[in-house]
Amino acid sequence: MAAPEPAPVISVRGATAALGARPVLRGVDLTVHHGEVVALLGANGSGKSTAVRSVIGQVPLTGGRIELFGTEQKRFRDWARVGYVPQRTTAASGVPATVREVVSAGRLARRRFGWTTKEDRAAVERAMELVGLADRAKDSVTALSGGQHQRVLIARALASEPDLLIMDEPMAGVDLGSQEILAATLREQVAEGTSVLLVLHELGALEPLIDRAVVLRDGCVVHDGPPPEALGQHALPGHDHVHPHAADEPLRTGLLT
Amino acid sequence: MDFLEPAFMQRALLAAVLVGITAPAVGIYLVQRRQALMGDGIGHVAMTGVGLGFLLNSNPVWMATLVAVAGSVAMELIRAYGKTRGDLALALLFYGGMAGGVLLINLSPTGSNANLTSYLFGSLSTVSTEDVTAISILAAFVVLVTVGLRRQLFAISQDEEFARVTGLPVRALNLLIAVTAAVTVTVAMRVVGLLLVSALMVVPVAAAQQLSKSFRATFVLAVATGVTVTLAGTVTSYYQDVPPGATIVLYAIGIFVVLTLLAAPLARRRARAAEQAAADCDARCVPTTRQPKDDVKVL
Repeated sequence: MAAPEPAPVISVRGATAALGARPVLRGVDLTVHHGEVVALLGANGSGKSTAVRSVIGQVPLTGGRIELFGTEQKRFRDWARVGYVPQRTTAASGVPATVREVVSAGRLARRRFGWTTKEDRAAVERAMELVGLADRAKDSVTALSGGQHQRVLIARALASEPDLLIMDEPMAGVDLGSQEILAATLREQVAEGTSVLLVLHELGALEPLIDRAVVLRDGCVVHDGPPPEALGQHALPGHDHVHPHAADEPLRTGLLT
Repeated sequence: MDFLEPAFMQRALLAAVLVGITAPAVGIYLVQRRQALMGDGIGHVAMTGVGLGFLLNSNPVWMATLVAVAGSVAMELIRAYGKTRGDLALALLFYGGMAGGVLLINLSPTGSNANLTSYLFGSLSTVSTEDVTAISILAAFVVLVTVGLRRQLFAISQDEEFARVTGLPVRALNLLIAVTAAVTVTVAMRVVGLLLVSALMVVPVAAAQQLSKSFRATFVLAVATGVTVTLAGTVTSYYQDVPPGATIVLYAIGIFVVLTLLAAPLARRRARAAEQAAADCDARCVPTTRQPKDDVKVL
């Protein structure tokens, strides 16, 4: 395991962003330390996706600052250290592609141009094994189920052997069996010292892994601390989370808010 | 094999092979990005270039290349930065390009609508040595880009946002695809004609994916289909008095139909195999997801 880094892996300070004229982030602070698993929770439209997309530079900030691994995000070039899992329901496109072909695209973060090496191919195989899809490597992604699509997208992010995983709703539309596999994959990564920032609707199968939860409401952080307690039935998808909190209002993170 | 005798046929066949390779090689990325009709738009814009070539008395192939490249870059910029009415901007570009071509060719002393027709639908007897040189140089560029950068172009066409996060120069690569598509349109212009170019970019890819499971196999099969239909169409139009472009496109559609019919039983077999694999997986996975401490009886 690598020695803990002095600078946080992700540091967001006072971030503001707007989509069109509508402010979506209104002064968000978000820190992910080395080896930490942080869940970003909140209702639809609370700014979760915009927050992670601004971290990876896909949404420009109108104010505030973001640092990745201690480097100002605008000057950050070492993108192989960041594995990104976008919010998608499918890994397919207009032309057939195999699982291996899609996962290999993630390796481009390590070697953007030039020949693929033995090392690259080994990393791709390892990534497919991690998500339990090594035996489907030669299959077309269109032949996969929804949960398997998510696993392909995660393997693609793992192919660059990142130190930080950023996942936008990795559990959306994933059956329970695949959720278990994804949780196991993630547990393995975390054990090796990978830091994780996840956008989640529900803690679900990932709950035991999460060190800290940051809850957004209307583009502001309303909770930053231990994950809201969820026991038994509360962890099931579809359950509306209402938890007592320092604020008088109940915290709503569930699907139905 | 008497079709190999005349010099114009040798030139035509060489041009046909180059078109058969390049059109599907670029087309596959356009289909992957769900921009299958982009080639059609570039074809319209290229007409203005052909008209300019006649008017300025220069080689229409080079002039068409220049204008088509400018048009495709404009289309890519509209796509990337465009607001909601990007489709209208594209329509203006398409029809403006076509109208400009017709106008310019009629203004020029040497051009006529008959000349224009040979560019619109392809004409073998008029492929000059100069054209063959131009086509060969352009085709070499297209092959270099589409094969040499296949991993990068695959990545940006598969998932553009993800590709940006890997640090790939996505904007430059998008422009490169647009320019390469424009170059391909002008390569194919003499053989299949501007109006049917897009068909040769898209139909072989559509035919290939009836059978293939991987991007690589789709690429190879699409190019093989492309070369087969351009050669067959060129030879047919030598013996029968039919326009080569239309013949080539109809052959390509014929192959699409044949491969689709072949694919149906194959797909059924694959579905059965997938079901079997899923059943095997369940048999393997279910016991391991239940731990003794889960308080669930382990089988």
